[in-house]
Amino acid sequence: MSTASPRPATPRRLPPVAELIVLSVALMLSGGVYLAAYLPRHPSLAPAIVLLAAGALSTLLAVAMLVRIKPFAWQKFFLVSRYAFVAYLVIAGVLAYVFIYDHTRGATLAVLMGTLAVFALDVPMVIAFTVARYDEVSEPFSS
Amino acid sequence: MADLLEQAAVSPAESGAGEAPVVSADFEIVPLKGLPIVGVILAALVVSIATNKAWPIDFFHVAGGGMWTALDLFLGLVIGPILGRLSITARVEFVRRFMPKMVLIMPTLVISTLAGGWQLARQVGDLNANYVDHSWLVASFIVVAVMAVIALGVLEPANIAVLFELKKPQPNGQVIATLMKRFIVTAGITGIMQIATLVIMTRLATS
Repeated sequence: MSTASPRPATPRRLPPVAELIVLSVALMLSGGVYLAAYLPRHPSLAPAIVLLAAGALSTLLAVAMLVRIKPFAWQKFFLVSRYAFVAYLVIAGVLAYVFIYDHTRGATLAVLMGTLAVFALDVPMVIAFTVARYDEVSEPFSS
Repeated sequence: MADLLEQAAVSPAESGAGEAPVVSADFEIVPLKGLPIVGVILAALVVSIATNKAWPIDFFHVAGGGMWTALDLFLGLVIGPILGRLSITARVEFVRRFMPKMVLIMPTLVISTLAGGWQLARQVGDLNANYVDHSWLVASFIVVAVMAVIALGVLEPANIAVLFELKKPQPNGQVIATLMKRFIVTAGITGIMQIATLVIMTRLATS
């Protein structure tokens, strides 16, 4: 055990990576709710596809902003995201299993799988980003 | 209620003034001993869906949902405000022992409730659009989605970041206070939203 000494606590101002990922999660869940509200019938897929595309774009924007942050605790980011990704892959997998078991097929299933895939990427990313942003880094990030 | 949450969130204890420094300690962020239990529960969930028998599916939905709702209500409306009034040192001690368990418990309860609930709704016909209370079912989807955005986007990342901060050789009390403020506020919001879940589910169960 060791005792802390006071150190500056104000986090750096970073681009809105977490906000964009949370927006993506919200869009994925909206798409999921829309499809779930119509299943087992076949709803118009257009709204769900628009939500999926907007969410994926939001995630890509977040990634683009993330890789420009220098310095950043990449080691911590990947450590956390790796384990969180495994956990959310299991969760998304169970949900996918239920939809497939219930005979969701074709384009509806494809959109649902895409939605679950983006969701399974988003949550580990926002967890890992939140942990890594408070980690001290001395070495600038180099690609 | 909003006032209560706000008061809890900005209590003087959070300033860190006059507080003893936060002490680092070694602990498991994810309790490894709990992983086999989670594995067994998830395997049982998959088997119950595969066999499509009413009782196990109903069990996963009702037991999982009951525990999820009770935990959210208790955390958000009872533990959260108490936690907001504790000293940083006391909060840290609580968080260090409590949060790692929640990292395993909450996702397991949520997935059991949702997967079991979906299968149950499918089995009893609630998913059909011509079901008389279908709009209530869709309302429950929306409530769960809003809670999921808050829990997955704000609450869970803050919890895990606090645990990582506590494992550092020199934990930063102010970072912990900031993240815990997020926890207290978001736990309160999800707690209040669980009341909507109770209203919807009791309505569906009796229609």
